[in-house]
Amino acid sequence: MTQIPMRDGLILAGILFSLGLIGLLVRRNLIFILMSLEVMLNSAGLAFIVAGSRWRQADGQVMFLFILAIAAAEVAVGLALTLRIYLRFRSLDVDTLSGMRG
Amino acid sequence: MELIFYIAGAVAVLSTVLMVTRLHAVHALLYLIVSLLSVAIEFFVLGAPFAAALEAIVYAGAIIVLFLFVVMMLNLGRHTVETEKQWLTPGIWTGPAILAGILIVEIVYLVRGASATVAGASVGPKEVGIALFGPYMMGVELASMLLLAGLVGAYHLGYRKVTQPQTQPDARTGQERVDAARDLVLASSEKGSHVP
Repeated sequence: MTQIPMRDGLILAGILFSLGLIGLLVRRNLIFILMSLEVMLNSAGLAFIVAGSRWRQADGQVMFLFILAIAAAEVAVGLALTLRIYLRFRSLDVDTLSGMRG
Repeated sequence: MELIFYIAGAVAVLSTVLMVTRLHAVHALLYLIVSLLSVAIEFFVLGAPFAAALEAIVYAGAIIVLFLFVVMMLNLGRHTVETEKQWLTPGIWTGPAILAGILIVEIVYLVRGASATVAGASVGPKEVGIALFGPYMMGVELASMLLLAGLVGAYHLGYRKVTQPQTQPDARTGQERVDAARDLVLASSEKGSHVP
């Protein structure tokens, strides 16, 4: 059926991960940093799916499911923390937040 | 079929680049949704339809919607475009782009020999379910405990004790009515309360 070399899938996952990393390093708004983290987690899931598809096993999708659960829990707690930070400090700029005393 | 994979890959990379460079938070989230849906298409092409459905439903449909709720609650749309424009000078991208470029070159070099092709038929939900109930049962239990911890943590962090109930007159009867949900909405919508 499909004859996609595994190399291409892994390179795509690497490119997406690097783009998320660039977004994580450059942006100062906390929400954008969390968004870039989601991109990185998604690219890791893509790498797992590619590997599971190469060996024609269900293990890749199982790992992707676990990564999805991790991302969901992390986003829930991270956004709750973001709300608390905003209500407390009135700012989502990580550069000024790192110098504030809670 | 292979062409679909490469086209979806190009769409994913392009939408991720656009997402990272946007000034408006909601625009960035919409580009992120496009990126996630194109990755879901790639999952489908790679023979993982269950993962494709999960990606579209859970990731793009629940997690990003949660982001949108928070962005809407904090009024991060129009008000923060000016501050983002000040922060994102053109020179700020060079350092991380160089470092990430080095990493991409390394990854391409490491996987250049992996010419094994993705095998044919798709792995359906039945096999994934058998794997989850069989060898990965402990992982499922641990994931459920993690989600419980996330739930309790998010609830505890979001809980705000209203010491003095905010009351406002009811529109119909004129009696005083407790309005405890007002404080967060007011905090976000008052003048000058946008994110500096």
